[in-house]
Amino acid sequence: MNLQIAMLLGQDGMTNGAIYALLALSILLVFTVTRVLFIPQGEFVAFGALTMATLQAGHAPALVWLLALLAVIATIADLLAGRRDTGRYRFGTGQALRLGYPFVLIGLIQVLPLESLPMALQAALTLALVVPLGPLCYRLFYQPIANAPVLILLIVSVALHVAMVGVGLLIFGPEGARTQPFGEGGLELGPITLNAQTLWVLTASLALIVALYLFFERTLYGKALRATAVNRVGARLMGISPVFAGKASFFLAALIGALSGILIAPITTIYFDSGFIISLKGFVGSIIGGLASYPVAALGALLVGLIEAFSAFFASTYKEVIVFTLIIPFLLWRSLTSRHVEEEE
Amino acid sequence: MMLARVETNTATRTVLEVRDLTVAYGKVEALTKANLVVGEGQIVTVIGPNGAGKTTMLSAIMGLLGSKGEVSFDGSVEGVPSVERMVTRGMNLVPEKRELFGEMSVEDNLLLGAFQRYRGGKRDHRETMEEVFGLFPRLKERRRQLAGTLSGGERQMLAVGRALMARPRLLMLDEPSLGLAPLIVREIFRIIAELRRRGVSILLVEQNARAALQVADYAYVLETGSVAMEGPARTLADDPRVIETYLGLGGKHQDMLAT
Ligand SMILES: Nc1ncnc2c1ncn2[C@@H]1O[C@H](COP(=O)(O)OP(=O)(O)O)[C@@H](O)[C@H]1O
Ligand SMILES: [Mg+2]
Repeated sequence: MNLQIAMLLGQDGMTNGAIYALLALSILLVFTVTRVLFIPQGEFVAFGALTMATLQAGHAPALVWLLALLAVIATIADLLAGRRDTGRYRFGTGQALRLGYPFVLIGLIQVLPLESLPMALQAALTLALVVPLGPLCYRLFYQPIANAPVLILLIVSVALHVAMVGVGLLIFGPEGARTQPFGEGGLELGPITLNAQTLWVLTASLALIVALYLFFERTLYGKALRATAVNRVGARLMGISPVFAGKASFFLAALIGALSGILIAPITTIYFDSGFIISLKGFVGSIIGGLASYPVAALGALLVGLIEAFSAFFASTYKEVIVFTLIIPFLLWRSLTSRHVEEEE
Repeated sequence: MMLARVETNTATRTVLEVRDLTVAYGKVEALTKANLVVGEGQIVTVIGPNGAGKTTMLSAIMGLLGSKGEVSFDGSVEGVPSVERMVTRGMNLVPEKRELFGEMSVEDNLLLGAFQRYRGGKRDHRETMEEVFGLFPRLKERRRQLAGTLSGGERQMLAVGRALMARPRLLMLDEPSLGLAPLIVREIFRIIAELRRRGVSILLVEQNARAALQVADYAYVLETGSVAMEGPARTLADDPRVIETYLGLGGKHQDMLAT
């Protein structure tokens, strides 16, 4: 292996690692705020990539019907819950917007010239289609059992993951898809050329991480999400409702997932079931961070990307094995060093 | 005991009225048909031994626990209160366990106290925070420190300060003097009295009956889940049964500390 190859592998590893880092942060966020291990995270990646590909092929994505269906069910669920709690059916502006939204999208998709749209608009449309699925999933599958033990939440996550893979097959079909690259050429840096997509992925990931950091450190809504993660009862007493926190974190998770999908779709062929293995690598990153520390999780995920790239070169058949074996020493180390901290007072 | 039958809290305008509040943990009733009234600008205290159901009562009023009965706050009735709604309507609880955000700074903790107001479009948290710092200068010195690293007294101040950030109409305090040194207890009670001067109605749960009766206008004695006695705080403080059970004899030293 010479420097040239090492640089190439490094570049590959960084690109994938950046995506894993985003997913690691997202998994961590959802877990700390809602205690849900968000296994369907990967499906949002696949849905994002495949929706983008569908738009570029000029087809109307059938995903919008899933969105409409879930919105209708959520509205009915809200109405029934309202009647149970207050004895009346209540239909507010929030509900009206949520119910109307997918139908506006259906209309838009009919009239827009999908394949000739600028790529930024295609990406925006993809996000508009995929991201609302996050809060809807929370409303329908997790909110009713928000206080259940972690194990129950995990089982629901597994079920939702399996269901979403199936729905993905139904909507997008079994063929893989790749999207057009965001830009041509690349950046010459001495002996190596950084290709344009790598630059896009790295900048976009970095920008998203900085944006998330600012959101959590500087805004009251971000602090409210953190507060829920730190102390659920305390947060409720401040009027931060668990439903709000749950929907907000699922919104962010879906956004990060779909965006990751859009970013990697030009580099990797994505199938309806490709998401799982990708988010699993993000998950390895969050385990390295002990499901607690954001920076360590991000660095861990980056490391996963690099190890994956280099092991693909040296022992390509064992690539996945090597990456997932990585988790064992960290789990061992964690279980040996972590003490169970009792509630204070 | 006659006292308990005749007296009722005859406040001019009630902020909180609890009727027949009943809470059960599984099959065990921890609170049975409790009735209670807090008037505008009043300090009402609930005293009683450990395990009497005081914390249970506050949690049910706030909506943290499911309950039967009726809670009417600020003129409108809640069947089963929900925490977020109660906070929005101006009720705030400083719980027995404080429930601070330990891994966040003192300033962030305070800021989050104003979350519900902020969400409702009222952006006056900067001024409110200055007022809270005026009340607790100590918190201002420690504003960058993590809440988890504060001392017991400071934690209690932060818990009260955080609740005040919501500018509550009714503040419920669950054993604010628990585990604190006498001098700090005195400071806390001074602040409770100061809050009333500023127009906050207070429902105060205490085991430190002496200090509580001294600062309160009206008092309830809770024993094994039901209200055993009630009356104006001064009257109860002179009641032989209360003196024997809750105040003890020769408590002059504590008396002095509590003033
Ligand atoms: N989560 C719970 N589950 C079951 N029993 C409880 C629970 N919390 C409190 N209790 C019981 O309810 C009774 C009242 O408790 P509590 O309201 O904490 O009393 P106090 O605050 O007056 O000391 C006690 O007998 C206590 O053991
Ligand atoms: Mg208690």
